[in-house]
Amino acid sequence: MTTPSALHYSKEDFVSGADVRWCPGCGDYAILSVMQKTLADVTTIPREKHVFISGIGCSSRFPYYMNTYGFHTIHGRAPAIASGLKCVRPDLTVWVITGDGDGLSIGGNHLIHCLRRNMDLKIILVNNQIYGLTKGQYSPTSEKGKITKSSPYGSIDYPINPLCVAIAAEASFVARTVDSDPRHMSQVLSRAYKHKGSAFVEIYQNCIIFNKDAFAPIIGREHRDDRAIYLENGKPLIFGKGGTKAITLKGLSLRETEFATAKKEDLLIHNESDPSPAYSYLLTQMEYPEMPVPFGVFRAIEKPTYDGMMEEQAQFAREKKGAGDLKKILYTEDTWTVTS
Amino acid sequence: MKTLKEIELESVTIRFAGDSGDGMQLTGDQFTDTSAIMGNDIATLPDFPAEIRAPQGTLPGVSSFQIQFSHEDIFTAGDAPDVLVAMNPAALKVNIADLLKGGLLVVNSDSFNEDNLKKAGWKSNPLLDGSLKDYSVLQVPFSSLTRNALAESKMKLSDVDRCKNFFALGLMFWMYGRKMEHTLQWIQDKFAKKPEMVDANIKALKAGYNYGDITETMASRYIVKQADIAPGSYRKITGNEATALGIIAAAELAGKTVLYGSYPITPASNILHDLSKFKNFRVKTFQAEDEIAACGAALGASFGGEIGITATSGPGICLKSEMINLAIMVELPLVILNIQRGGPSTGLPTKTEQSDLLQVMYGRNGDSPAAIVAPSSPANCFDYVIEAIRIALTHMTPVFFLSDGYLANGSEPWKLPELDKLPKIKINHPQTSDGPFLPFTRDEKTLARPWAVPGTPGLEHRIGGIEKADKTGGVSYDPINHHNMTMLRMEKVKRIADDIPPAEVLGDARGKLLVMSWGGTFGTVRAAVLDLQREGKKVSHCHVHYLNPFPKNLGEIVKNFETVLIPELNTGNLSVLIRSQFEGARVVPYNRITGQPFKIREIKEEIGKLL
Repeated sequence: MTTPSALHYSKEDFVSGADVRWCPGCGDYAILSVMQKTLADVTTIPREKHVFISGIGCSSRFPYYMNTYGFHTIHGRAPAIASGLKCVRPDLTVWVITGDGDGLSIGGNHLIHCLRRNMDLKIILVNNQIYGLTKGQYSPTSEKGKITKSSPYGSIDYPINPLCVAIAAEASFVARTVDSDPRHMSQVLSRAYKHKGSAFVEIYQNCIIFNKDAFAPIIGREHRDDRAIYLENGKPLIFGKGGTKAITLKGLSLRETEFATAKKEDLLIHNESDPSPAYSYLLTQMEYPEMPVPFGVFRAIEKPTYDGMMEEQAQFAREKKGAGDLKKILYTEDTWTVTS
Repeated sequence: MKTLKEIELESVTIRFAGDSGDGMQLTGDQFTDTSAIMGNDIATLPDFPAEIRAPQGTLPGVSSFQIQFSHEDIFTAGDAPDVLVAMNPAALKVNIADLLKGGLLVVNSDSFNEDNLKKAGWKSNPLLDGSLKDYSVLQVPFSSLTRNALAESKMKLSDVDRCKNFFALGLMFWMYGRKMEHTLQWIQDKFAKKPEMVDANIKALKAGYNYGDITETMASRYIVKQADIAPGSYRKITGNEATALGIIAAAELAGKTVLYGSYPITPASNILHDLSKFKNFRVKTFQAEDEIAACGAALGASFGGEIGITATSGPGICLKSEMINLAIMVELPLVILNIQRGGPSTGLPTKTEQSDLLQVMYGRNGDSPAAIVAPSSPANCFDYVIEAIRIALTHMTPVFFLSDGYLANGSEPWKLPELDKLPKIKINHPQTSDGPFLPFTRDEKTLARPWAVPGTPGLEHRIGGIEKADKTGGVSYDPINHHNMTMLRMEKVKRIADDIPPAEVLGDARGKLLVMSWGGTFGTVRAAVLDLQREGKKVSHCHVHYLNPFPKNLGEIVKNFETVLIPELNTGNLSVLIRSQFEGARVVPYNRITGQPFKIREIKEEIGKLL
């Protein structure tokens, strides 16, 4: 068996060689590349123990391009398939690649239940706020009023916030990153890999064809100082060029303030391991254009995983009843014998 | 001292009927266990409403349990009861039409008050108005006799009243010369933590027995001698219990872990309940958020190299279909248990039907073949679920196991298998590859692809629901490739026919009339054909356990008969398949869709019309 210390992978070891068929300029290229590089750097298990499972959509082609085990499944159901795999093969690291339509529309149910169970899966939700593969209809994360092929008068759906869903389901690890910042993305993916339990990562992704620059007002070069906050555990939420602005908490409301003049006790200090989901939920409410938008790890807590508890119960049963003996359960007390 | 006549009978059919809360299933179960232990052949038919507790005393709330126990080999729970035990006017109303003319009717006379009569829709009291003159009526005040017997009990009166089913059971035990030991022991185990309940139920049971013994209301007792049963160890088993045990056995035989993904649904749920108790075996149960996830989790387990099983009833199959199709496309093993019930839609959740055969055969997009097997008795659910698992694992394909509500809840004696004689299920996972691994190469004989599992170094590969290139498994939209892959998937399932036993014919191998059945109707059809054969009629019977593909000799069998009568509890599912696969077959369908099993008499009549 390969010991972790003997693992020397390069990015190329995780490249499958299949032709990548995303549109030129698609944000998925960056995500794929960062994933391949990050895994090469941080994996503590051999490559063959990584499995990528996806649903349907542009981003769900991801497994074909990873030189690991992979399963491109059906629309919205990847978390269910991944859960079954993890239950019988806890030795594997199982990644789920999904999108805003796959994970939050057709597969919303599975996502919620997978997160609440704290199944030990790494779920990457690539959010481009549009249906790309079906050629440009609004998605559950599209802003209200969005004009698309299926909403020529503007969509009348209120959008869903992926991180709210994850936190409402009390996911043990919740983070957000963006395709245009490979360094940050790599840090977040690395944290997700190391987390034991459901790790949920939303990646803002640019669909160059159907929803170009959807996140540019937040994360574009000229705006991001003022409109993005990079979360650091134990530190105040500061932003603005040179860190001039901060966030304070008054009652249940978050407010922008000048860092220099703010009272220290009013400053919101990031605590990703707060056992209550209420704090991280507040962070998810920081939405453009009213507030700067946080990136990084919103929540990271430890709690027993479903697959771990499943194994514990089996262990407990074996200790209590002994290893299964088929004869015992067939020839029960109410067995009778007929002699000739 | 009265003189008691003892009359010997070949077989007796008793139906216990009462309110859902009266404990009729339990009473029937106890009578069955004791009869089985005393050496009779038995078969049972529970019938209960979908509502957990319909309003007390009303017709929809009636629950019943029918048992036939016999000195001879029997195949069904009996067409019509010889004895009806009716605990209230509603139970009488629902069941009286089935009781044989001249049969014995035992009623709880205490319950025939104005209120209960009205709830059950009796215009006048049938015990008084002569409407029961065709039957031998025994009025027993079960409620007051039970209260008397438990006069010293400190239990609430409502709890005391709930013991009356044991009084009724005691009386039936006396009447048919049954021993009380088994039930006495059962009561002690069941209520071990409630000594006052143990005491009360035992007193009620004995009081019922003694009531038979000391009152002179009954002129005779009946004896049903032991059946001539093959030597061996036996236990009573229902279809769902046998299915659960078969799953555990298959896991041992294959040396693999089962992941049983399920979402509760009647009548499949108690397999989940059973399996979740056996965590010290190679079985993991996963109660999923919905039917789709249950199937998905099972498929995920298959991808991981273990045994993925999902179970449901018809409506759940609708939901799982897309996932099953994915399993067909990626050619992974998957076992889907469909415990059929009345449909369409929610249909009749607690009643039996066989109307999902064409659904599992054809109900998916694209040309998507899957194997289908169906058990034919409660006990052989054990054998056929193992068979379904074996086929899935060795042929890399989804396999449907089509049980039904009748098999699932019905019970019979089961001759226990000798465990060391059950054949091992051999599976080969590739460990290495010369050159790049090709996940869609095929076994020459079966056309199954290699089952390489995650964690195997050097065999990393990707599979998916998009059409794939032959051998490499890479995404392919090539027209000729799609044609070839479609044909390969069809052919792979067809070749399972090389790996299953031939169909058997009871009676002459050729002739005028063959009766063909599948699934849970086996017992009734077999009994009808045997009866007629004994009368010298020329009729043969072929029961089909493998529905897709059919056994290789089935076409030959069909060709050897002028007419094939196919009785089914649907509008003609198997008839469609036989006609489409065997050109020229003269098929006569006989269809009933009542939610109830066939009666032997009905089948005999249909056969009679064709002879």
